[in-house]
Amino acid sequence: MKKYALLCAVLALHAGASFAKDWNEIRMASEGAYPPFNTTTADGSMAGFDIDIGNALCEEMKAKCTWVKQEWDGMIPALVSRKFDAIIASMSITEERKAKVDFTDKYYASPLALIAKKGSELRPDLELLKGKKVGVQRGTVSDNFATKYWDGKGLQIVRYAKQDEAYLDLRAGRLDAAFVDYLEAYGGFLTKPEGEGYDVAGDRLFGRNAEEKAVIGEGIGIAVRKRDKELTEKLNQALAAIRANGKYDAIQKKYFPMDIYGN
Amino acid sequence: MELFDLSVITGSLPQFWRGLWMTLQLTGFALLFGFFAAIPLAVLRLSPNRLVAAPVAAYTYFFRGTPMLVQLLLVYYGASQWEWMRAAWEAGHPVWTLFREPYFCALFAFGLNTCAYTVEILAGSMRNTPHGELEAAKAMGMTRLKALQRIVIPSALRRMIPAYSNEVILMLQGSAIASAVTLVDLTGAARDVYSRHFAPFEAFVFVGLIYLALTFVLVGLFKLAEHRWLAHLAPRKAEAGRQS
Repeated sequence: MKKYALLCAVLALHAGASFAKDWNEIRMASEGAYPPFNTTTADGSMAGFDIDIGNALCEEMKAKCTWVKQEWDGMIPALVSRKFDAIIASMSITEERKAKVDFTDKYYASPLALIAKKGSELRPDLELLKGKKVGVQRGTVSDNFATKYWDGKGLQIVRYAKQDEAYLDLRAGRLDAAFVDYLEAYGGFLTKPEGEGYDVAGDRLFGRNAEEKAVIGEGIGIAVRKRDKELTEKLNQALAAIRANGKYDAIQKKYFPMDIYGN
Repeated sequence: MELFDLSVITGSLPQFWRGLWMTLQLTGFALLFGFFAAIPLAVLRLSPNRLVAAPVAAYTYFFRGTPMLVQLLLVYYGASQWEWMRAAWEAGHPVWTLFREPYFCALFAFGLNTCAYTVEILAGSMRNTPHGELEAAKAMGMTRLKALQRIVIPSALRRMIPAYSNEVILMLQGSAIASAVTLVDLTGAARDVYSRHFAPFEAFVFVGLIYLALTFVLVGLFKLAEHRWLAHLAPRKAEAGRQS
């Protein structure tokens, strides 16, 4: 037993040491169900803005990227339990998440938006939403926002495991509106045939005061385990590099007609 | 990090409470429907007329042959796929509008599923009716229908209790898939809490314990039921035999 424990300790030390020195292989995780940021292609691999940015960062760091597909619900626990090394899955940087993991600098930013039938009178305002059914993806910033400001105040918040399911129910008429990340809605719904007849209802929501801004977050970052400070640092450097050398802009142009980095 | 953060649970008790209520409703109503619909269906299932028995056999084969999650998703997303169904929702059709509600979709799928199993359990129990009981019924001059009503079904219902208790427990656990169609049952509440606090262990251990407790209560109730209705099949006690 003692020998076995010793062997484990040596192996662990060895593995730890070889990882800590040079991150030449990084296991990246994404969800593969959040178009156009991360989607699953016909052959089961993942593609999208997040994946392209991740690959560009690895290239910049001269590391090998391997991709892991992980359900959104279990994303942070899986990172903490070392199933992979970094999450690049359009995850907003929030205080709650920062308690569990570290984040790199933002790699893009996005406001929230209420999506409803074109010409709808709905607005992301509590008074106008009373008596309505609003769909959100569970555990996202829009869920946090809706939970904090609207839950239990006369409207029903319906939580979905996947964003796509909320759109399905919106189209089916089970929801009056979906409350989502604007860029996700833009690329994943509004510009697609399924999204015909739907539009952003009211203004996009960047946070109307400091408190709302704190909920919506500082932008979208890459999550890394707290102990892997080096990796966070390396990713930040790589991020600054691709922002400067035009690679970021090239990837952005592939997906969006507008700037999504913000300032 | 703490090993088990109790505040995650104590802070979310109302959510778990509503989830428990939802789980009990879904399980209870589905079982109620399944049980009462199963009695006539089991009789049809055993009909010597193939044209009557075959559709029931096909129904139970389908519902026992596919996962309940698939059935639930078929009902929920299948319904919303049809243009005429959506038009009926817009127009407020009294029957089809029910399929817009996830609650009804879940009850519909769960009810049909548990009914299929109950039909087979009851039909199996009816097949095993002791010959003596049937002969006694005949000797009393009962018609086939009377014998069915007074002897075969009541006797089969008693003898199916142990097998049916399994179905009830499976239904309770099976109802956990309701969260796949946005219902916040016990499991759905756990998922909400988990995604809010990133504490899967606390949330799922807690609902796991609730499911365990519910199962414990069910097992106890069925023990009582067996004692009450299956006493005649229990091994006779030696002293009791001597006294009588």
